[in-house]
Amino acid sequence: MDPIIELDQLRIEFGKRRILQDLQGVLKGRCIGLLGPNGAGKTTLIHTLLGFHPPSSGTARIFGKDIRTEGKSIKAAIGYMPERDAFIANQTAVHFVRLMGELSGLPSEAALERAHETLFYVGLGEARYRKLGTYSLGMKQLAKLAQAIVHGPRLIFLDEPTNGLDPPARKRMLELIREIRDSGCAHLIFSSHLLRDVEECCDEVLILKDGRIAANVHLEEERKANRKFIEMETRGATPDFAESLSALGCEYAVSGSQRLKLIIQEGIEVRDLYKLAAERNVQIRRLNFKRDSLEDIFLKAME
Amino acid sequence: MAVYEHNYKPYEGVLTAGWSRFLVIPRYVYQDLFKYKLFIALFVLCFVCPLVYTILIYLHHNTSALTFFGISSADVVPINGFFFKVFTTIQTSLAFIFTVIIGPVLISRDLANNALPLYLSRPFSRWEYIFGKLSVLLILLSVITWVPGLLLFLFQSYLEGGSWMINNFWIARGIFMISLVWAVSLGLLALAFSAWIKWRTAASAALFAIFIIPTPIGFAIQAILGTTKGHLLNLGMAFNVMADEFFRTVNSEDYIFSLGEAWMVFLVYGLVCLYMLWRKVRAYEVISS
Repeated sequence: MDPIIELDQLRIEFGKRRILQDLQGVLKGRCIGLLGPNGAGKTTLIHTLLGFHPPSSGTARIFGKDIRTEGKSIKAAIGYMPERDAFIANQTAVHFVRLMGELSGLPSEAALERAHETLFYVGLGEARYRKLGTYSLGMKQLAKLAQAIVHGPRLIFLDEPTNGLDPPARKRMLELIREIRDSGCAHLIFSSHLLRDVEECCDEVLILKDGRIAANVHLEEERKANRKFIEMETRGATPDFAESLSALGCEYAVSGSQRLKLIIQEGIEVRDLYKLAAERNVQIRRLNFKRDSLEDIFLKAME
Repeated sequence: MAVYEHNYKPYEGVLTAGWSRFLVIPRYVYQDLFKYKLFIALFVLCFVCPLVYTILIYLHHNTSALTFFGISSADVVPINGFFFKVFTTIQTSLAFIFTVIIGPVLISRDLANNALPLYLSRPFSRWEYIFGKLSVLLILLSVITWVPGLLLFLFQSYLEGGSWMINNFWIARGIFMISLVWAVSLGLLALAFSAWIKWRTAASAALFAIFIIPTPIGFAIQAILGTTKGHLLNLGMAFNVMADEFFRTVNSEDYIFSLGEAWMVFLVYGLVCLYMLWRKVRAYEVISS
């Protein structure tokens, strides 16, 4: 897959404060989570990629285009949903989304058509003629998402899209993010504090800490790797059974009298383990895939 | 992505030209403004003076009408530089009122609603944003000032003959230049105050103050230091000097400063306003300490 974002020794300084420190890496995922504690530099990274802050040194490329020199053509291909409330005063949702579409280069009639479609898509169809000032927080978030996607961008930056949402609104927002991801028409950069939200939507995660990259994890690969680790609790297991597991092609470690930790090789299925256990008169009482959750990955990165 | 098809699709149609996108801003502002009856009434009122001037020019060339009203041709207002200067002064005063009404909220509302990141995350630069906002005032003030002024000039040329037009072309230049300088200056001042002053009333007061306060300061500097250079702060005076020069009328300010200095005053004010706008018009405020 072609890289979406390439970070090339990207550094951002505000006065004497260094916010991002020589970031280096390549992001390729369909939906890329941006994680980190407060002040880690997530929002600054997004703002820099959007061209709001010029890099102090280094650069970044989006779809192969340099943010220093090709900002305008990059912006034509991206959408941005800011974290804070951001609206044009005294406008209805359809008026607002249409204006944003026209500013992105859509002709007036096309922008109006897309504004209606987008508002229906995000679930604000019935409320599209209401003024934004009368919207609830959840509706405002959806309106912000609508303005970010009205022009059909190839890359969408979502800065804390589930902030302050009640459970149904959060569920709806995450559904929309997954739908856009699965459409295959756009990549998403999803900044959030909520690990569960990121885990539900993202296939790649960039973890920042103190302005540096603490980890860049491809969640799908990580999940595949996790499938190889198995924790097994047995009754009646003998050293002979462990040896036979080894003969089958598993690496094992005994933890406790009846507990085994296994790394199974390609081509070995779980049913092979059950079959072997049956042959040796061993009961498998519990069998878990040991899975590194995003929380584990995040906590490791923070160490 | 029709309304009944709930899926995400990219836009694959044609795009507008990048250079023309700043015009989206005035179009949306006018849509809002012309919803208000009071604004429409005020806008219509701005064309009363051009109507009166049209009648005056018509009467000037219609001897039968003059005879009907019992007016001798000697009593008719002469159509010259002074005639058009008075017209331009009236219309520019109305332009000031419009600026006071519209200008103070043009940027302050966007700042209050955090709208700048939405504009600037699109293929739309800070300069395009500023120029888009400026064009709201430039277009409106042009419609009030130099457009009717030049139409009057053409009407007079039509009635008087082509040679009058050629001999008095400097009047047309004066109408256009004075109105344009005034519109640009007012526009930049209004935007700069709008960007820096959140409260509408205070921004409107600042617009008045910028024309009133420099007068006593200029005279105070003249009285204390014995120099007239203090008047260089006075935009109104610079405007009068320019108008007198362009319309070839008597200088009401007794040439306290020259035309070159008047240009300089406008230039300096303009540059200061642009700097103020450049500092404030950003997606996000950066605290660098």
